[in-house]
Amino acid sequence: MAEVRLNDVQKVYPNGFKAIHGIDIDITDGEFIVLVGPSGCGKSTLLRMIAGLETVSDGEIHIGERMVNQLEPADRDIAMVFQNYALYPHMSCYDNMAYGLRNKGMPKDEIEKRVREAAEILELAQLLDRRPRQLSGGQRQRIAMGRAIVREPSVFLFDEPLSNLDAKLRVQMRVEIRKLQRNLGTTSVYVTHDQVEAMTMADRLVVMNEGVAEQIGTPIEVYERPATMFVAGFIGSPAMNFMDAKVEGEEVVVGGKLHFPMPNGTGALEAGREVSLGIRPEHLDLGGNGDVGLPIKVELVEHLGADTLVYGYLPWDTQNLVTLRMQGSQEFPAGHEITLTVSHDHLHLFDKQSGKRI
Amino acid sequence: MIENRPWLAVLSHLVLLVGVAVIVLPIWITFVASTHPGEVLMQAPIPMWPGDKFLENYALVLGAGVEDAGGVPVGVMLLNSLIMALSITFGKIAISIIAAYAIVYFEFPFRMFCFWIIFITLMLPVEVRILPTFAVVANLEMLNTYAGLSVPLIASATATFLFRQFFLTVPEELCEAARIDGAGPFKFFIDILLPLSRTNMAALFVILFIYGWNQYLWPLLVTTDESYYTIVMGIQRMVNVSEQLPVWNLVMATTILAMLPPVIVVVGMQKLFVKGLVEVEK
Ligand SMILES: Nc1ncnc2c1ncn2[C@@H]1O[C@H](COP(=O)(O)OP(=O)(O)OP(=O)(O)O)[C@@H](O)[C@H]1O
Ligand SMILES: [Mg+2]
Repeated sequence: MAEVRLNDVQKVYPNGFKAIHGIDIDITDGEFIVLVGPSGCGKSTLLRMIAGLETVSDGEIHIGERMVNQLEPADRDIAMVFQNYALYPHMSCYDNMAYGLRNKGMPKDEIEKRVREAAEILELAQLLDRRPRQLSGGQRQRIAMGRAIVREPSVFLFDEPLSNLDAKLRVQMRVEIRKLQRNLGTTSVYVTHDQVEAMTMADRLVVMNEGVAEQIGTPIEVYERPATMFVAGFIGSPAMNFMDAKVEGEEVVVGGKLHFPMPNGTGALEAGREVSLGIRPEHLDLGGNGDVGLPIKVELVEHLGADTLVYGYLPWDTQNLVTLRMQGSQEFPAGHEITLTVSHDHLHLFDKQSGKRI
Repeated sequence: MIENRPWLAVLSHLVLLVGVAVIVLPIWITFVASTHPGEVLMQAPIPMWPGDKFLENYALVLGAGVEDAGGVPVGVMLLNSLIMALSITFGKIAISIIAAYAIVYFEFPFRMFCFWIIFITLMLPVEVRILPTFAVVANLEMLNTYAGLSVPLIASATATFLFRQFFLTVPEELCEAARIDGAGPFKFFIDILLPLSRTNMAALFVILFIYGWNQYLWPLLVTTDESYYTIVMGIQRMVNVSEQLPVWNLVMATTILAMLPPVIVVVGMQKLFVKGLVEVEK
């Protein structure tokens, strides 16, 4: 068990590509951190640097008391679960789990004890004699977890460990991994691009974009107060609606017609400043008694069963679809005009240029 | 595909039978000839069924050898061939797997350059570079030694290439998982890579063994001492006896004996092949 500290960590690949632009994260002991972001944003790169599989171009990585930049992966006291599991195909499951311990020179009975224990926890006891190829995807995933557990490391690293499983199994394993991690109390860094996984599992989220950590915070913080337009658009599904707006006195005006009050906590802004106003689809209400009404012409309706998604346009802006998410199921003909309202607690303001939250 | 057309089955079996006959008949005649006294084979028609000299003929070639061909016992020649073929096979596999490992898994300057150098220089078969190679072996005083017979044939671009291609298909995560598990380069090679290459090695073993066993020109050059003669050379010498008719029954017995080791290797390795084909390791 240990804390992990990243100090201005940077990565430049040998071909000159800068994958990580300086990231600072302090991970406390026992915390479950999820790195989330679109494909190619550098999640795996960062994780592999913590593991020691990639060199650190600049900055420092600390695990516990030690600066580990120069240490071999085996000496960092970590365990990693790979997306494709990376089990040794020619070894039995038992040997797969025991291999790392044998290399450490651990006595046989201690190895036996640890493997049996892990197998017990993960319900793998009958599978220990089999080869990986004789297992289903979910079982392989468990063996890979087992291989990580038996090492009793101070940090678990996961690189999209569930992305090869079907939807149902993914939910089940997600819960199990989280439960297991809580019981063991092992500090964990978990990479995913699935935002449901990210939101449900994380103690804290690190939302990454193009090698930069856009925001670090609890899932609720990130959802309620996204630090940038990128985070606001990335977390939450369907994505947040953005509208170009201008500051006029105490109000934010969209399209010259809709006058929104300043969101809570926003100080006075200079008049005429260009901003982006963000509203989540689930915070728009049909009818209702919100502060401002948006006239919308319905374009398309999608039924999800429990929810209905309604897409439409503001009369003066036929470029940007506005999305509404409402509970239950309701039918609207295309071209139908509806009025949506929103409470001013649910408005997000971002600077148009920098994309930062105001 | 399931087909139910009787005449097609008959026809295809006929074709197969003809094919088998074409291949098996010469071997059968060789075997039959090796069991008759020499005179019988000089008259037409050649016998089609085994004679009564089986033990006699085989005991003679194995123990004493054919007098007119120098009288080297076939047993000795078989042993020489076996030593040469096995050294070539093991040498080639060992060297090329290590070379491929270095080329695939280690970053060193001029890595690709090394690979291409190996590839280009060794694409030349022994026959092409025979003169310089002979000079080198002679200068190292390796004429009439097992080392002289096998070492120049050991380096192999093909096997290196084959192992390289195989290593490139091994997922990189496997290597990384091993690193996290504390396996250094040597342990990774021994514990992970070698077992995974098992079926490749079996395939190569068969091919290289037969290649080594059938070597003719090179042993002819580097051996002058009869106790280092190989079986393939031996057969050639028996057939080319001067001013006499070859003793065909003994030549045939030697041929049958010379065929046995490659057959044993193929049959023995077959299980591994099939296994490798059936259970694709993931
Ligand atoms: N060995 C490499 N050399 C050069 N560039 C690389 C290398 N590996 C990755 N990159 C680049 O670094 C960036 C980050 O890659 P990384 O694998 O960390 O993405 P990721 O966030 O894990 O994406 P995904 O969700 O698709 O797995 C990508 O733009 C990728 O093209
Ligand atoms: Mg990745």
